[in-house]
Amino acid sequence: MDLELDYKDGVLFVRPNGEVDIGVSDELRKVLEDNLEKKLVSHLVFNLSKVSFIDSSGLGVILGRYKKVRKQGGQVSLVAPQPQVRRILALSGLLTILKEYSSEEEAASAGGVRGKRDA
Amino acid sequence: MHNQARLEFTSLPANVAFARVAVAAFASQLDFTLNDLEEIKVAVSEAVANAVIHAYENRPEGIVIVEMVITDEILEIRVEDRGKGIANVKKALEPSYSTDPERMGLGFVFMQSFMDSLHVESSVGKGTIVTMSKKVGSGKNWQNAH
Repeated sequence: MDLELDYKDGVLFVRPNGEVDIGVSDELRKVLEDNLEKKLVSHLVFNLSKVSFIDSSGLGVILGRYKKVRKQGGQVSLVAPQPQVRRILALSGLLTILKEYSSEEEAASAGGVRGKRDA
Repeated sequence: MHNQARLEFTSLPANVAFARVAVAAFASQLDFTLNDLEEIKVAVSEAVANAVIHAYENRPEGIVIVEMVITDEILEIRVEDRGKGIANVKKALEPSYSTDPERMGLGFVFMQSFMDSLHVESSVGKGTIVTMSKKVGSGKNWQNAH
């Protein structure tokens, strides 16, 4: 798995690329925790368009961050999961608590990117 | 048709991907759909991850054995560890049962949902054997059931 992060106006975009399983979940969790500690994140956006596989270890990372961000009053969104990944998300129940968008732009505007609303 | 294969590897997280890809490649000898193969990959991933995280508690010196057998149109997968075992299998099979707050307790739920059968045999201090099977065209479609 490769990982790309982008932070803009309170939104942290997370773009994993590849398979998200127990082999990489600890590393992903650590990177996200570091970022959530150092940055003011009001909206965490997981772009799953390049995730080809996810299991409960990967879902646990998403759910754990959801709990944390929600506690701080923020929100977590998912963007464009591939069909096989989406089925896992649906079966886990995560789709009932997380909002799903087709693009990062859509997610960011729905979440209200700070500073952009007035522009 | 009868075919069988066996994998034996150390309990490293990186080997979870190896196991699921190897089993999916073996399973593709049968006429499984791509969706079926994805489901088999998730089930194997969960079973092997359980062995690595729970049975061996992330100690890398454990041994995980994955056996796969094709008999006619049925794939049977057996994941065996010699780790600490599960004290209460019935409870472990309940949805959301988890000993770790970061994990969702979905491992066995996925195995049950994606395979036609699941059997867990465990003995504390001796290890666990998870046996699951899937038949070609069994048409298990949980999406319609939910």
